[in-house]
Amino acid sequence: MDQPAGQRDFRLQIRAASAETDIRARLDALAGLAQSRLGLVETIQLDRALMRDATEPIDGYTRVRLAVLSTNTIDHLLPAIRVAGLGYKLRLDVFSGSFGQYRQELLDPASPLLQFRPDLILLSLNARQTTSGVPLAATAEEVEQALARAIEELRELWHHARRTFKASVIQQSYLDVSEPLFGSYDRLVPAAPSRLIARLNDLLARAAAQENVMLLDVAQASARDGLDAWFDVARWLQGKMEIAPQAAPVYGEMVARVVAAQRGLSKKCLVLDLDNTLWGGVIGDDGLEGIVLGEGSAVGEAHLALQRYVLQLKERGVILAVCSKNDTAIAEAAFRDHPEMLLRPADIAAFVANWGDKAENLKTISERLNIGLDSLVFVDDSPAERARVRETLPMVAVPELPEDAVHYVHCLANAGYFESVSFTADDRQRAGQYAANAERQALLGTLESMDDFLRGLKMSVVYGPIKAVDLARASQLINKTNQFNPTTRRCSAEELAAIAAIPGAVTLQFRLLDRFGDNGLVSVLILRPDREQSDAMEIDTWVMSCRVFGRELEFEAMNIAVEVGCRHGVREFRADYIPTKKNGVIRDLYPSLGFARSDQEGPASGAIQWRLNLSTYIARKTNIERTGNSE
Amino acid sequence: MTGQEVLDLLTRVLRDLLENDSIVLTTATRRQEVPNWDSLMYINFIVAVEIELGIKFKVADVESFANVGEIVATIRTMLK
Repeated sequence: MDQPAGQRDFRLQIRAASAETDIRARLDALAGLAQSRLGLVETIQLDRALMRDATEPIDGYTRVRLAVLSTNTIDHLLPAIRVAGLGYKLRLDVFSGSFGQYRQELLDPASPLLQFRPDLILLSLNARQTTSGVPLAATAEEVEQALARAIEELRELWHHARRTFKASVIQQSYLDVSEPLFGSYDRLVPAAPSRLIARLNDLLARAAAQENVMLLDVAQASARDGLDAWFDVARWLQGKMEIAPQAAPVYGEMVARVVAAQRGLSKKCLVLDLDNTLWGGVIGDDGLEGIVLGEGSAVGEAHLALQRYVLQLKERGVILAVCSKNDTAIAEAAFRDHPEMLLRPADIAAFVANWGDKAENLKTISERLNIGLDSLVFVDDSPAERARVRETLPMVAVPELPEDAVHYVHCLANAGYFESVSFTADDRQRAGQYAANAERQALLGTLESMDDFLRGLKMSVVYGPIKAVDLARASQLINKTNQFNPTTRRCSAEELAAIAAIPGAVTLQFRLLDRFGDNGLVSVLILRPDREQSDAMEIDTWVMSCRVFGRELEFEAMNIAVEVGCRHGVREFRADYIPTKKNGVIRDLYPSLGFARSDQEGPASGAIQWRLNLSTYIARKTNIERTGNSE
Repeated sequence: MTGQEVLDLLTRVLRDLLENDSIVLTTATRRQEVPNWDSLMYINFIVAVEIELGIKFKVADVESFANVGEIVATIRTMLK
């Protein structure tokens, strides 16, 4: 029997959250729990904790009184509605109408609903009463008339809800729980049950649009998820539950999204990472021609599909921004020059590509666009970046992207960040306005609190000489690295073996581990005796994977290299930096490590020479532990 | 699963659902004897057990279980 670890742990988490003494902190902690995907039992537990709490107004949480009126049993759905609301910083006070009494509750002057003073009224009705009176032989015209009468009655109720209660109305679409009668031919028979309900939903949607009523489209959701996920005939017959209990969490989430959208709490801006998010590969290393994007490869098409979806969001009025660890010029070139790119520079309202901390860059984006951090959704394939942003900026929504790029669109689309209750002319123009106003100044991310992040990563390095078995991988890293590569010298496995065999030469390879796992072989450093000066060594090659930029590995690697050098009686390191179009990111690498510019003319044209006196080298303290030395 | 294992599972589900760790189900336990185990929580309990074990109870059974022992017996038959 599997131990359902989740629930035990979950009760402990609820207890910990409830133990917060400050009510705001308590709600925040409970809201944090509401963000994860909850089952039926966990939802009930979380709701119970929430209901225990005081009902006073809390800063940062919007109180909304929601009345749910229904032809069905709905009590089993209320916990899920409240819990999902919490995830959107809504404190929903839910009034549950009596079973089947929705008309009386709306129309009766002594209705308890009056006392409740709802802000929102949700009408959750089933189609049975409406459709049962239509004979199967009814003509299309007769069907239209019957359905029009039903819609007319709904309009009356909506008007009444507005007039009497000053409430906004959410109308649930009709769930089609009918069984086929003819089979495929059903769709051709105007009064066949499934056809009736489809038509009813059409008319409902049209009326809702005319009346400015919000739609809760469970019909669409059940068509997508399959009716079995939503409806269980046993529960209907037993307790007149039209929405099955196991669907309660999803239902609650849908309700909360609509309420949040109505309150203007939906997200406004989609912030996108570039490498391995908008395209496959690393543009700084692979070059404009080397990134995987477009027809011809499944992965390339998957990234293209994400771009296509993102563009559709932009047409809806979602603002787009880029936040990437890249050289701005290189990253922008892709948007300008790559033939397969669907997104173009003008689509991006704020374009931030640099080597600074992404949390800081998100703050900059929010300031530049003048929208709150809580309006941002940050999409990044890197678990470390996601964790960094979640820790530093909990108000930013960060979807847990699946590892496989083909599922990116589904993940983003179903998170419901951009739920909307309208689509206006303003929406259609918004993204363009933001883009037009955007300033594209270069950014310097500040580094405060970066230290905390790095410490939290619990990094450790395993290092040692490059052995025969490592030659292939080491040479591969050397040959594909363009950014952190001061000399851009290429080297086959055989050549690498030959260098390693030079008397006095030192080879070092580094693996970086962190709490998310092993990043693999990420850096190679090769020192060879200097040709002219016997107590000096030359950094022949030093490469580092861009995956670990900004992790302080360059400092720890140099600390290690200096120690090894000292053991070999070396007094000075010499190094060349040969600028290329792609290695601008390490322009200041050597001075940042304490190297001084040497006056001698470089051997290759344009090379800048650097020297480091090992006796005065000050080892920089890093957040990387040395756990293993494979020497 | 043995009868005791099923009983343990039902106890755990109900404890989680009602957040009451003092609940100890026996085959003789009747729903009315457990505080807060009302009809709504009974349906939630049935659904939670169905999800956990991947089974579906017959409606007639759900409506007629007289005590926990009958639930245990039905589950064991279904799992055979």
